[in-house]
Amino acid sequence: MLTSGFADPIHDAQAAFRALLEAMARPGTIVSLPPCDPPPPLPQAAAAILLTLCDRDTPLWLDGPFATRAVGEWLRFHTASPLVSNPADASFAFACADSAPFDALAPGTDEAPERSATLVLLVEGFRSGRPLRLAGPGIESETVLSVDGVPNAFLGWRARNLALYPRGVDVLLITRTEAIALPRTTVVQEV
Amino acid sequence: MNNTSYTFAYLDEQTKREIRRALLKGLAIPGHQVPFASREMPLARGWGTGGMQVTAAVIGRNDVLKVIDQGADDTTNAVSIRQFFSRVAGVRTTTRTEEATLIQTRHRIPETPLRPGQIMVYQVPQPEPLWRLEPSRAETRRLHALAEYGLMHVKLYEDIAQHGRITLAYDYPVLVHGRYVMAPSPIPAFDNPKLHRSPAIHLFGAGREKRIYAVPPYTDVISLAFEDHPFRPWKAEAACALCGSTESYLDEILIDDRGTRRYICSDTDWCERRRTGGKTA
Repeated sequence: MLTSGFADPIHDAQAAFRALLEAMARPGTIVSLPPCDPPPPLPQAAAAILLTLCDRDTPLWLDGPFATRAVGEWLRFHTASPLVSNPADASFAFACADSAPFDALAPGTDEAPERSATLVLLVEGFRSGRPLRLAGPGIESETVLSVDGVPNAFLGWRARNLALYPRGVDVLLITRTEAIALPRTTVVQEV
Repeated sequence: MNNTSYTFAYLDEQTKREIRRALLKGLAIPGHQVPFASREMPLARGWGTGGMQVTAAVIGRNDVLKVIDQGADDTTNAVSIRQFFSRVAGVRTTTRTEEATLIQTRHRIPETPLRPGQIMVYQVPQPEPLWRLEPSRAETRRLHALAEYGLMHVKLYEDIAQHGRITLAYDYPVLVHGRYVMAPSPIPAFDNPKLHRSPAIHLFGAGREKRIYAVPPYTDVISLAFEDHPFRPWKAEAACALCGSTESYLDEILIDDRGTRRYICSDTDWCERRRTGGKTA
């Protein structure tokens, strides 16, 4: 049975977008996304991002655990996005923390740095775990963020990603219902 | 309430999604112009269709919208756009800067300081700061990619060589986050410092030119200048004839057919509030 998307497609998508806009404008801010009813194991937050931003113009890459038949059918109905097997072809990549294809994602080109992937990365939580210090546009001085379940490779990759600026991959860290954005401009360091 | 049979905020969802993706990439690359499809709107291109499309993609039922045209809430363009969104989105509108969550503007930033939670949407006629210097878009894209802004510095230098000062009074180019030279839209240079490390979100939409760009909060926005010729925004040396303000940006108006001039605040909300002592008129 195909499960539903947003209860109110127009206004829930608008609310989700405003949350994502706020998150992207103020890196490190925790936002919650409107509920929807995706097939497991796709987290609600990932589904809300898919329903809000993805359509036939956005190739998607799904990490192994998400790439179930039910998720594929749900996506085909709700977003009609093409699924790609090579992460380099994706405009949105949905990954579980440990198996994210960090360096394989498209960073855009010097002339079109917006043609880069957005990585949606599932972590365990934002209230405890590894403290990270964030600085950059959108942050008044600096902010400290705790993320539970950040993969070990993440910080090294962020430093490489920052060096590519203005090219680079933008990140949305998600839990089941919440999200934090780390755009390419954000400097992420261990405290 | 939305009393038309249009979809909420006029644009279809597919179009909104495309604009929303462009806005998020714009915030991630401050000052970089992101191409977007730019739909037909029910008014001619050049009348604020870029700003309206951004507003339509962002606005929600709980927003309070303010629209200004050269600082004024009561001119044709501002009134029409405000009415448009109150019809197609059913949102509450206001003229008071601090009440608004979303402010669509043509060529001014309000005098009242902006706060977190507010979003500015700019109507942009020409998003390319290098357009008078290099007509080819293929070439300006390459210049931005290489951060090669020598042309702009030569233009400013030639101003100084010929006139003794930089003569740009509006659409004065800025360097955003130390990387992209950006057109702040034709706001007076007087307003440029309000963009620097502003607590609000600034979104720019150019409908005819099909470009979207953005400045996130707390981002460095530096007006271009030289060490020996620092940035000096121009403002009329006068006080507002209505409220007496000397710190706001003033418009020069002719009040009779003998050429008598007066200066009044360009920001009508600011001026009115000063005259009524902060109370609503």
